[in-house]
Amino acid sequence: MEMLPFILATVFTAATPLLIAALGEHVTERAGVLNLGVEGMMIVGAATGFAAAVLTDSSVFGIIAGALAGMALSAVFALMVLVFATNQVATGLALTIMGLGLAGLIGQGFVGQPRAAIPPVQIPLLSEIPVLGKAIFTGDFVFFLSLGLIAFVAWGLNRTRFGLLLRAVGESHGSAHALGLPVKRIRLVAILFGGLLAGLAGAYLSLIYTRFWSPGMSAGRGWIALALVVFAGGHVWRLVLGAYLFGGITVAQLHAQAGAIGLPSQFLSALPYLMTIAALLFLSISGRKGAGAAGSLGQPFVPER
Amino acid sequence: MSFNLALVPRRDVSLIRQVLTPVVALLVALLIGGVIVWLMGRSPAKAFDVFLREPLTDPWALQEVLLKSTPLMLISIGLIFCFRANRWNIGAEGQFLLGGIFGGGVAIATHGLTGPWILPLMMLAGALGGMLYAAIPAMLRNRFGISEILTSLMLVYVAELLLDYLVRGPWRDPKGFNFPQSVPFTDAAQLQPLFEGGRLHAGFALALLAVLVAILVFRRSLFGFAVRASGEAPRAANFAGFNEQRITLVVFLISGGLAGLAGMIEVSGQVGQLRPGFGQGLGFTAIIVAFLGRLSPVGAMLSSLVIAVLLIGAESAQVSLKLPFDLTRFFMGLLLITVLAGESLNRYRLEFRKEAA
Repeated sequence: MEMLPFILATVFTAATPLLIAALGEHVTERAGVLNLGVEGMMIVGAATGFAAAVLTDSSVFGIIAGALAGMALSAVFALMVLVFATNQVATGLALTIMGLGLAGLIGQGFVGQPRAAIPPVQIPLLSEIPVLGKAIFTGDFVFFLSLGLIAFVAWGLNRTRFGLLLRAVGESHGSAHALGLPVKRIRLVAILFGGLLAGLAGAYLSLIYTRFWSPGMSAGRGWIALALVVFAGGHVWRLVLGAYLFGGITVAQLHAQAGAIGLPSQFLSALPYLMTIAALLFLSISGRKGAGAAGSLGQPFVPER
Repeated sequence: MSFNLALVPRRDVSLIRQVLTPVVALLVALLIGGVIVWLMGRSPAKAFDVFLREPLTDPWALQEVLLKSTPLMLISIGLIFCFRANRWNIGAEGQFLLGGIFGGGVAIATHGLTGPWILPLMMLAGALGGMLYAAIPAMLRNRFGISEILTSLMLVYVAELLLDYLVRGPWRDPKGFNFPQSVPFTDAAQLQPLFEGGRLHAGFALALLAVLVAILVFRRSLFGFAVRASGEAPRAANFAGFNEQRITLVVFLISGGLAGLAGMIEVSGQVGQLRPGFGQGLGFTAIIVAFLGRLSPVGAMLSSLVIAVLLIGAESAQVSLKLPFDLTRFFMGLLLITVLAGESLNRYRLEFRKEAA
């Protein structure tokens, strides 16, 4: 029982970057755009965020810079996909490859430098609740921001006019265009939002989760975030559930490695990736596909006039 | 701001334009790369010299270029089948590693034996390893409708960890001073140089053979037509009676098998043992090769050579100019972007319009 708040807190810390990146990609995909560059935007966010934090000696500034760097990379993707109508799968892949290299260049001088933790935020009164209080109501500010983002995305997509237009554009860009909706402009917003959140998730990794920069540190988390979006099948609550489930698996896997339970460590490290496939399989077998992907997801949009 | 740029489809695309598109894309990427080298405070002229001229003029480096192009050619030829059919196998890196593991496994199991049967057996095992590994995302897509993009990519990480486990655990060389690596392969398990004192081995010839077969399959066979039809007009392909699921499985088996063979050739001909990191991301680079070659076998052959020149140049630039390899990685992504933009401008004309959309 003593350990529980601590373990729960580490689960939240492990889940938060996945959650943030997946929320961003969720919005992008609802608008009908598949951006496979999440991994690239995330790692550029991690490198830029860390570098900016060291240079300005402000982790908060670092986190903002990381988010903006992710957005800048997504702007390249938007230019390609919206103006040149390139294949989204290949463009996203290019973004990831480019991002991995760019992050290495940005982070070059910062490998191995440690960074102090950001002081945690304690919500008065609520954080005094035994067990859960310490786990949920004490945390870094980005964790609380991520809770706000869940609400913002759920509300924005389902309860606002812009959300409705965004989903309409994603469902059928042809019809949306015929109705006079600015398809490209709405998609631009969705792509940039996805990039902003992927960059934020990356900065969270290097400044809060590990608190150092190392090349390749995103280690496939961007891809797992993409799988979470599929797992969510259009429902934000399922995305949240999936992210925390994955956070749990990551932490359990780390504890199992530390506890030396006889399984090779590589097998345990492979668990998150295998679980991703298992989760997609479970989703398919159980037939709970939810709303599924947006109707025109991944298709290039070239209006005839 | 308003998007007053519109894409207008071109009626016909001349052959010259088709051939020149990837060349121009490469030049644009090189130009941007040069600016970045300049921004990093190095001389772009010197960088071009190291990246492009040296690998092509030095006979030793030229051999290295051909060696480096071998896995790229094999993997990208396989990927063309997938991409033409609009199936997205992005896990070739994992299939490449599995090929190395299977092929290398045979070498380790037959360690100390000699005989001309060892190398062919290793090749078969390598191809089989890649095929089995590629079959997983294909079957998951066919049976359960799971996107092959994510599953094939996830399996890359799993393959890296499997290799790591093997060379640190059961396959570690007992005399290897605890380094994570297998026993060095004996001569019987290594592809031998084609000529005295050289390094080039028969793997390159196999890669050229794969190019030739792919040309014939796409030009002359019904299967090649089915692959293209399935990618360009899936509904029509269905009506024509081409089995969608079988095409998925077969294109994955072809690309997995070729990637696996490439993996075996890499460990047998280049590395000479199993060790972590022998993949070098070549499975991902091959994706760029396939697109730079406009998804045609001849194009893939030529672009394998171009990319191999850049990779060899990158290796020496790390030493002579202290340019990090990440620069090359960034450049590869950039190149894919310019190639895709070029492809798009091939199909459409950009038109500026005055009125808001």
